[in-house]
Amino acid sequence: MGCKCENNCADQKVQELIEIIDKHKGKKGALIPVLHDAQNLYGYLPLQVQKIISERMNIPLAEIYGVVTFYTQFSLNQKGKYQIRVCLGTACYVKGSGKIYEELKKELKLSGDGTTEDGLFSLESCRCIGACGLAPVIMINDDVYGELVPADVPDIIKKYRDRK
Amino acid sequence: MSKMVTLTIDGIEVKAPEGSTVLEAAKLANIKIPTLCYLKGINEIGACRICVVDVGVKNLQASCVYPVAEGMKVITNSPKVREARRVTLELILSNHDRKCLTCVRSENCELQRLAKDLQVDDIRFEGKKNDYNIDDFSDSVVRDPNKCILCRRCTSVCKNIQTVSAIETNERGFDTIVASPFNISLKDTPCVNCGQCINVCPVGALREKDNIDKVWEAIADPDLHVVVQTAPAVRVAIGEEFGLPIGTRCTGKMVAALKRLGFDKVFDTDTAADLTIMEEGTELIERIKNGGKLPLITSCSPGWIKFIEHNYPDLLDNLSTCKSPQIMFGAILKTYYAEKMGIDPAKIFVVSVMPCTAKKFEVKRPELSATGYPDVDVSITTREAARMIKEAGIDFNSLPDENFDDPMGDASGAGVIFGATGGVMEAALRTVVDILTGKDNDDIEYKAVRGLDGIKVAEVKAGDLTLRAAVAHGLGNARKIMDQIRSGEADYHFVEIMACPGGCVNGGGQPIQPAAVRNEIDICAERAKAIYTEDENIQIRKSHKNERIMKLYEEFLEKPGSHKAHELLHTHYEERENYPEECCGNI
Ligand code: SF4
Ligand code: SF4
Ligand code: SF4
Ligand code: FES
Ligand code: FES
Repeated sequence: MGCKCENNCADQKVQELIEIIDKHKGKKGALIPVLHDAQNLYGYLPLQVQKIISERMNIPLAEIYGVVTFYTQFSLNQKGKYQIRVCLGTACYVKGSGKIYEELKKELKLSGDGTTEDGLFSLESCRCIGACGLAPVIMINDDVYGELVPADVPDIIKKYRDRK
Repeated sequence: MSKMVTLTIDGIEVKAPEGSTVLEAAKLANIKIPTLCYLKGINEIGACRICVVDVGVKNLQASCVYPVAEGMKVITNSPKVREARRVTLELILSNHDRKCLTCVRSENCELQRLAKDLQVDDIRFEGKKNDYNIDDFSDSVVRDPNKCILCRRCTSVCKNIQTVSAIETNERGFDTIVASPFNISLKDTPCVNCGQCINVCPVGALREKDNIDKVWEAIADPDLHVVVQTAPAVRVAIGEEFGLPIGTRCTGKMVAALKRLGFDKVFDTDTAADLTIMEEGTELIERIKNGGKLPLITSCSPGWIKFIEHNYPDLLDNLSTCKSPQIMFGAILKTYYAEKMGIDPAKIFVVSVMPCTAKKFEVKRPELSATGYPDVDVSITTREAARMIKEAGIDFNSLPDENFDDPMGDASGAGVIFGATGGVMEAALRTVVDILTGKDNDDIEYKAVRGLDGIKVAEVKAGDLTLRAAVAHGLGNARKIMDQIRSGEADYHFVEIMACPGGCVNGGGQPIQPAAVRNEIDICAERAKAIYTEDENIQIRKSHKNERIMKLYEEFLEKPGSHKAHELLHTHYEERENYPEECCGNI
């Protein structure tokens, strides 16, 4: 869970973020390395982090957000302990991965990509992950699950919940 | 002279300056290459690939960015080229919300036009379609990403010309979308509501927040006294909506049309522009004499006001406290005019027809309600007014000329030129120099502040004083001047800033001219010419010689800058945060 801004740990992180920015500031193409280090610090790049970068580097927030969403290496969402990736690539989509995604949303009580309230799971839809032979495919951290039907979803999730 | 290179296009020999593009060279040979994303001076990025041609290399090239070379052989019209363009267009159309029948841009849409020109009779790729929410929370601008063709003209104008960057191209591939960061509504971004993005959009993906229904409703309400006022720039542009040439003056027809729509009175915002000059001129003289904050910066452009509130909050004290002319007028209509006519101000409904989308946001500012009611109830754009006239079945072009109504219909030439960049400055100088010298000066055309240079500077003698004046239009230019003021580099007395490039004549609510026209004609210059002709044709050309205004002071306001004038005609500003601060709990 994230900290509240009044808490010292948050202040300390902001301090570190500012140091990161100042280290790169002024150099050409500084934005990408700053975003990189900021993501390492926070694990993701939420509005408040991008806002601080925007103000301190004097780059409009819209531009920063455009860069963050263009490169797949950056993430807007906090990652859960178990990161679920659902392939919505063509092969998987044709074989019904959309329904798997819907089922996962239901099971995790999410309205789309995002992280569960307890921080245990994060859900992310993605493009082809190179396992089309097993379509439809999902990955949970490094585990691959293929040839799924929506009814498989609750059991899979339960397995991880029980592990905690 | 730059070096010329010789090339052939479709077998025709063409000489073009080195560094020009194939598209420009083709124009010299009168060969028309279709374009879509290209907009001269604003968007030259080769994004859409509609303009491809064969230049003799392996792949077809985008002519709007491909430079000419000596001996180059270009083919603009071959089966291969035609098929490539058509495939590109069909792909764009396959992910486009093709609801032309109910689209505000139908018949003035560059995509629709292109589909006709390229003879698209079938769309062969019916694939997945994006389905986005429409962002209509802003008071000024509505965004419909389902109609966006990702040409990026809007992001270019917002970022490079206005230096606002409220919208950008986000995500990638099929998910690419033009939007604000984190999909925040424009309403909660530093967007200044200038509407320049609307004017460059080739399609119906950006439009103004339509307030026509509210106006029809008010007109139909027998209890309301519905008054309309029109800004100076409207009369020189509204004709374009009815097929008249750019720069046609239509004051009389516009007034006649508005009367036929059913407004109880049709007044001229220019009258209030004269009032603004009296108040602002007095403010300037006072600040100069009493060592007040200088430079004094104009406050008529609501896009500019929001920009300074976001970006230069430390310089808010430099702003004139004058309300904009439309708002001043509203305040006078609901007090002086109400009293004179014996009408309860609660029953007066003030509509403004403006060349501007930012005025829609302005009228909703809670501080702009001198009587407890909003000074102006609804603001509509030139385009909306034209739509109402069409809806009512009025044949605009055959209307007789009619005059603005009494008692608030007279304006000086100074009020008229408010519509072009430099106009407020020139109008103010006409009055301020007279007051400072105690004379009726004949030299009233301040040509140094006219024209379309981004920043114009002038020194004007007024008795012992040399007034240093500067004018900026377009917010990128405004930013340059503001940085100079902030750093202490500039020592002007008076600065005029208008948010839109060219001033109100090119406001975000004006008739939209497609790239095909804008690439050839400077619409700002044409419309401004009409404004200055209008000024020359008015006998009284100084605000302080407008008898209507003098009478208003005598009967009601006492004198410029009086206590009453301050209560009704002046306002205040406050710092605005760039993106609203939610709880920072997630960090
Ligand atoms: S944007 Fe153009 S093509 Fe699209 S629906 Fe509107 S008029 Fe039709
Ligand atoms: S209205 Fe002006 S500031 Fe707002 S997005 Fe459009 S161009 Fe940018
Ligand atoms: S909103 Fe209009 S101007 Fe902006 S990218 Fe889309 S089509 Fe182009
Ligand atoms: S499409 Fe899903 S793994 Fe390739
Ligand atoms: S790429 Fe040339 S007009 Fe779009």
